Amino acid sequence: MAALGSLLRKASPAVINACRKPLLARTSPLYYAQQERGGKVWTPDKDYLEKYLCPVAFPDEKQTDWVYPEITVMDEHPLEKQVQNITMNFGPQHPAAHGVLRMIMVLDGETVERCDPHIGLLHRGTEKLIEYKTYTQALPYFDRLDYVSMMCSEQCYSMAVEKLLNIEVPERAKWIRTMFAEITRILNHIMGIGTHALDVGAMTPFFWLFEEREKLMEFYERVSGARLHAAYVRPGGVAQDLPLGLMDDIYQWCQQFGQRIDETDQLLTNNQIWKTRTIDVGIVSSEDALNYGFSGVMLRGSGIEWDLRKVQPYDAYDKVEFDVPIGRKGDCWDRYLIRMEEMRQSLRIILQCLNKMPTGEIKVDDNKVCPPSRAEMKNSMEALIHHFKLFTEGYNVPPGSTYTAIEAPKGEFGVYLVSDGTNKPYRCKIKAPGFAHLAGLDHISKRHMLADIVAIIGTLDIVFGEVDR
Amino acid sequence: MASMKLFSVCRSAQNVIWKSLRSTNVLIKQSRTISAGYKDVSEKIPTPDDGMAEISSYNLREFFMSDLIGGVSLAVSGVLREPATINYPFEKGPLSPRFRGEHALRRYPSGEERCIACKLCEAICPAQAITIEAEPRADGSRRTTRYDIDMTKCIYCGFCQEACPVDAIVEGPNFEYSTETREELLYNKEKLLENGDKWEAEIASNLQADHLYR
Repeated sequence: MAALGSLLRKASPAVINACRKPLLARTSPLYYAQQERGGKVWTPDKDYLEKYLCPVAFPDEKQTDWVYPEITVMDEHPLEKQVQNITMNFGPQHPAAHGVLRMIMVLDGETVERCDPHIGLLHRGTEKLIEYKTYTQALPYFDRLDYVSMMCSEQCYSMAVEKLLNIEVPERAKWIRTMFAEITRILNHIMGIGTHALDVGAMTPFFWLFEEREKLMEFYERVSGARLHAAYVRPGGVAQDLPLGLMDDIYQWCQQFGQRIDETDQLLTNNQIWKTRTIDVGIVSSEDALNYGFSGVMLRGSGIEWDLRKVQPYDAYDKVEFDVPIGRKGDCWDRYLIRMEEMRQSLRIILQCLNKMPTGEIKVDDNKVCPPSRAEMKNSMEALIHHFKLFTEGYNVPPGSTYTAIEAPKGEFGVYLVSDGTNKPYRCKIKAPGFAHLAGLDHISKRHMLADIVAIIGTLDIVFGEVDR
Repeated sequence: MASMKLFSVCRSAQNVIWKSLRSTNVLIKQSRTISAGYKDVSEKIPTPDDGMAEISSYNLREFFMSDLIGGVSLAVSGVLREPATINYPFEKGPLSPRFRGEHALRRYPSGEERCIACKLCEAICPAQAITIEAEPRADGSRRTTRYDIDMTKCIYCGFCQEACPVDAIVEGPNFEYSTETREELLYNKEKLLENGDKWEAEIASNLQADHLYR
């Protein structure tokens, strides 16, 4: 029996070859590219080769005696070799590194054994700088933390200062903030999904979604004067009221954005390549997600029902209806689906904000905190004094500390603010969601292929402004 | 060609088998309850409970790669759409009156400079980009002798124009002022006043358009 088996094993390749050739020759043009027809093969003759046994091309008399030295083996035992995994540097200039991420990866072939993120290349000392700025001056630093979701960070800081000041923002300001927080969420998810798809190889959704992002930036520009670093949400309300016609245009934009999401849906969601690259890649169990301190989409992807907008509603989130999408498996695919659904829900919230936008003040009517309007400042001596006081030394915040967190598009963005009663914060600790997510990268990416790391980084949605601070 | 087709069909058939196997695996997990206000968005793979029609239509979709055909046809349809891009140096995107661009020092219609050297902008500037020195002039009025803005330090937050009680320093609508050297971006009073003279019409109309909100 064994003899028969070995005979079969020997004979079978020959049989298969014999069968394959005529079959392929009859059918496929592929055959002509792979055929083994033994055509022209270069077989140099002895005279030709002998010329090259010499160390120089044109030998003179003396040098012809020279022969290649014999290679001698010092020890008769075979040399022991140390085999180790390849350590590779990824980034900081890699296009898939999303900024200045540098990773030291230990690779076993193409499998990632260890993935060690090195951060700090975009460290600007924001927290320390804030200690030397007044509460007003510290605001622009928050735009520059997570530079794809600007107004959310501003909102968090403003809410922290308001909590310390113990002031209540007017209703209209709350609704404006909510509306722009959701616009920011869409801005962020467009960036997140677009670049994730781009890294994985789909270029079209990136371009199509960025057209929409451009329109949203225009809304930013119209309301604050800057496309990116808005400095619009201020402690006590917002900087200026919405200009006339802006809400109409946001409505116009809302009308067609659903269609754009559907297009992206059609391009990506059921696409075989996209599914193969994301399904079962970067699975985070709900236990790990909690243990690693994940928040936002990374947490909801693993099936944990947690959203600060639902759990502890701030601004106007208790007055709008929306669903929070959650996943089941915690892989890149689920997180992608959640981001897509969050964009749809954000659209729903924006429409509700447009419909329910109340009239009234846009910042607190307290000139000790918010500067008076220009007309007031020009006409009233008291207002002018307030104006001067606010723009030179700012306002004093009562001593105390607060941890205020919001549901930023990337997760829980928190500000721990300690005030000692002066006009400058004593300490401002910023809790950035991306930091925890990046810290979990090593665990998530263990035993994944090298190409999957790119997909995982994309799904983490990290921005280095907030990770490095 | 025919054999290649055969191979790809084999692969998608394999895919279908895998998917249907997996759908039974997830059965247990799918029965979890979700609280109000939350929504499960993970992939719905039809289970035997959904009936044969649902399962077969799902598998047929997978088998005939309708996703790829749909995606490609959508992408190709982009050719027929209006391009989203503009021909930049000749066409420019719209700017709102609130746009915060290059700085300018304005003058009164009489030609007298507005800045009274109150140094509010210097005080509020978070980047400390503004330097002002002042002396009383021969006619007794207080004016700046030096007004420098380091445009490389400036973060364009707009606090200086908010602080200015006389609308002297403004961030105008100009965003095309790139230079070849860094030194050219260290603006002095002369350059800022020159900007003000150059852009006065736009700046004035922008301030006028926005005056109700300021």
